[in-house]
Amino acid sequence: MACIGSDGKPTISGIKVLRTLISGTNSPEEIAKGSGLPLFRVRSGLRQMGEAGLVSRGDDMYTITGKGKSLI
Amino acid sequence: MEEVKEKVISIPRIGEPAPDFEAVTSHGVLKLEDYKGSWLVLFSHPADFTPVCTTEFIAFAEIYPELQKRGTELLGLSIDSVSSHIAWARNIEEKTGVKIPFPIIADLSKEVSTRYGMIHPEQSKTETVRCVFIIDDKQIIRTILYYPLTTGRNMQEILRIIDALQTTDQHKVATPANWKPGDMVVVPPPNTQEMAEERVKQGYDCVDWYLCKKKL
Repeated sequence: MACIGSDGKPTISGIKVLRTLISGTNSPEEIAKGSGLPLFRVRSGLRQMGEAGLVSRGDDMYTITGKGKSLI
Repeated sequence: MEEVKEKVISIPRIGEPAPDFEAVTSHGVLKLEDYKGSWLVLFSHPADFTPVCTTEFIAFAEIYPELQKRGTELLGLSIDSVSSHIAWARNIEEKTGVKIPFPIIADLSKEVSTRYGMIHPEQSKTETVRCVFIIDDKQIIRTILYYPLTTGRNMQEILRIIDALQTTDQHKVATPANWKPGDMVVVPPPNTQEMAEERVKQGYDCVDWYLCKKKL
């Protein structure tokens, strides 16, 4: 259920999170609502995708990066 | 004579912040802080592919929708590997049709189980006993339950405790023995004689000034 697979690409959950970010910057709570994923999964996924450079964080708000957009 | 030093680890107590962790789970790496804003039932089981634990996992999966209605997540733990957790969850689904929807910590290092006091050596040195930690949305421990290896947990009691705690938080009341949602709740006892005298005028259902109940 991680957001990044062993091949380095976003999993189904990861793509759900990234798609909710296409429309703009969002908080984890908004992403959870938009993606239908539990909040804890969104938070752990954002951390993982942040480390992979697919999302960037400012305070507690997240934005999809160019690399993230190229993978969905 | 060689001095034997034992590391003393304090067991978490009700009202304290839940011990922090970062753990490998069947849903990836999770931290306690990932659950901020949600209630959490963190529970340990002795081992994967064991009979009582299997009945419990089916029962936990069955109450998961009810827990979600209460803003509560479930997180299991045992001293087994992620591969074992995945294989067991798949086996349960294959044999019983019940999908395990919540993550399970693979605590092979015993780091989380030690921090939470889940290993009781007189029961087993290599397995966790059946612990339940109910942690609120501010990550404070609100309830701790311990069951022995041989006794499966009562899911309705776990739901009842969450209902009681959330009712207490919302309405600043207590709940009597065997309380269930819809029953009368206990009004906090008065702190002064004046408050005790006032109380009888307020239309509560009182046995005496120190035991009054009301409907919510």
